[in-house]
Amino acid sequence: MGLDKIWVFGEANGDAVATITLEMLAKARELADTVEVFMAGDGDDYAEELGDHGAETVYATGDLDGAMQGVSVASAVAAAIDSGDVDAPDAFMLGTTQDGRDVAARLSVKLDAPVITNVVALEVDGDSLLGEEPIFGGTVDVKTKNTSGKPGIFLVRPKSFAAESTGGAEADVEDLDVPDLGATGGATVTDRFIEESDGPKLDEAAIVVSGGRGLGEKEAFAMIDDLAKAVGGAAGASRAIVDAGWVPYSMQVGQTGKVVKPTVYIAAGISGATQHLVGMKGSKNIIAINKDPEAPIFAVADLGIVGDVHKVLPKLIEALKG
Amino acid sequence: MKVVVCVKQIPDPADPGALDPESKTLKRDTKLILDESDSYGVEMALQLVDTAGEGSVHLVSMAPNNEVGGLRTALAMGAESATLVSDDALKGTDALGTAKVLAAAIARSEPDLVLAATESSDGYTGTVPEMVAELMGLPSVTFAKSIAIEGGTAKVQRQTEAGYDDVECPLPALVSVTAGVVEPRYPSFKGIMAAKSKPVDEVTCGDLGIDAGSVGWAGGGQEIVSIADAPAREAGEVIEDEGDAHERIVSFLEELKVL
Ligand SMILES: Cc1cc2nc3c(=O)[nH]c(=O)nc-3n(C[C@H](O)[C@H](O)[C@H](O)COP(=O)(O)OP(=O)(O)OC[C@H]3O[C@@H](n4cnc5c(N)ncnc54)[C@H](O)[C@@H]3O)c2cc1C
Ligand SMILES: Nc1ncnc2c1ncn2[C@@H]1O[C@H](COP(=O)(O)O)[C@@H](O)[C@H]1O
Repeated sequence: MGLDKIWVFGEANGDAVATITLEMLAKARELADTVEVFMAGDGDDYAEELGDHGAETVYATGDLDGAMQGVSVASAVAAAIDSGDVDAPDAFMLGTTQDGRDVAARLSVKLDAPVITNVVALEVDGDSLLGEEPIFGGTVDVKTKNTSGKPGIFLVRPKSFAAESTGGAEADVEDLDVPDLGATGGATVTDRFIEESDGPKLDEAAIVVSGGRGLGEKEAFAMIDDLAKAVGGAAGASRAIVDAGWVPYSMQVGQTGKVVKPTVYIAAGISGATQHLVGMKGSKNIIAINKDPEAPIFAVADLGIVGDVHKVLPKLIEALKG
Repeated sequence: MKVVVCVKQIPDPADPGALDPESKTLKRDTKLILDESDSYGVEMALQLVDTAGEGSVHLVSMAPNNEVGGLRTALAMGAESATLVSDDALKGTDALGTAKVLAAAIARSEPDLVLAATESSDGYTGTVPEMVAELMGLPSVTFAKSIAIEGGTAKVQRQTEAGYDDVECPLPALVSVTAGVVEPRYPSFKGIMAAKSKPVDEVTCGDLGIDAGSVGWAGGGQEIVSIADAPAREAGEVIEDEGDAHERIVSFLEELKVL
């Protein structure tokens, strides 16, 4: 027995639907009879791909003209439900992304419904859903139930479910009108900057090589880039060196950064703090290089090298290039 | 310019405690400290007021047992005053309930700018600030890595998955800042002494006109139904580098057929 209807928040990267959206659609199909998408932007651009992943209808706001997605989309959804134009779903699923969190939080207030956050697994429980969340760096799992009697709002962490095409027909596109936002709509995007480097994307690469504070200095990060290139992978980082300004935030792996699940994750000079572990513990194989034999990263490593990154990495890069 | 910073006071993360299986809340028997995530908001607020050449920084916190340890740290950094909401009725309050309490407390000082952290270190729901904005009817920008105030407008660089956006937002507004974007100052000895006599206004739900039934366990719309140890990942082979560890890494990668 599943739910009647789930709404999944749709996000896009340019012309393509974001992976997190497709992942949630795959799970939503298991949980509910009807799965629909709500999103900012032009629904027609994504109706085919969303339909192919099991969405029957796409409710889209149209171009927001730089307005923030959080307040715009949440207000539009609340207005559509209030006016009776659409039936409220039994649950909302949104990705743990910048905009996903904003929409979930605004919607929570508008519907006076709780948000269940950091969800990595979901199951049907009567007429509601249970969300599972890892805490203490993934050593303990808690399951949380929505008891509000309102639709539950679930913020799902990326890479929790596998995206899957169903061969479904193109989704119907319906308008989701953004009401007058008054003062709350004041924020506007005036310019966008992309900092991502070339090569495979961090959250899609088969091999991820990440560096941490143990590299000692910014210049040493070149070894991480070189190694990533030599193995055809992507370079990542701990928050310590993102905070230090060595590399941009888009490279951060962990609770506040990206979730990665590559075939091989190589952690060089990273201690293995719980917030880093939750972003990479799902990797199939983990190699750690750290000079401290007590570093917590070794507890999750399949291959641990107790050694100095300045000695091991240059030789490794040399060997792989040769 | 009046800036209010939301600061959460949390148990020392170095000693994370445990979930109480009975009440399903974090056991908080240690002293509370200033959440590192919020030290960036406090620093950002102090810098903005400094740049503006006028204004003040006020703190708002909700914490059990009239805890002020974390507030004193932020006052010692240079904030002027604080409001602490502490009430037994708040036990078990979820993110939405927390936001209702904070919004009511913040509204009392009619700020131009409300700052919070993108996410707290212990709860990390990452939703409280945006909820506060909605409850107060404010525009908001989350995930800020820099903020400049120019003539009644906040100019914010907002982190995105792939880079950042420039965002402009008229005041009053709420902005949530990510960690590490400024270097929080260490309280000076003088600051620590001065903090002892700075005003901390302790209020209850009743003072804020909040119905106790809409917060705490009673008001929460969610309930933890199970707590279990996650399947542990086993540690594998560990070797000491004797100058040839790179060879073991290469052979490991070859075994996995990823090269
Ligand atoms: C709310 C919150 C969210 C967070 N989110 C994230 C997140 O998303 N991602 C994240 O990574 N962190 C996150 N953190 C930070 C996290 O707690 C750690 O502070 C951070 O991961 C540490 O980074 P690090 O391992 O590079 O540095 P450190 O912990 O300083 O570790 C450096 C390691 O390098 C080793 N080392 C030193 N020199 C050498 C050498 N020459 N050769 C080999 N090894 C050497 C040391 O033994 C040490 O183990 C978060 C923290 C909070 C509070
Ligand atoms: N109890 C609280 N008191 C003051 N501020 C809070 C409280 N809870 C959350 N916040 C603010 O909201 C931010 C994000 O918290 P969270 O949504 O729990 O991740 C925190 O870093 C604070 O700035």
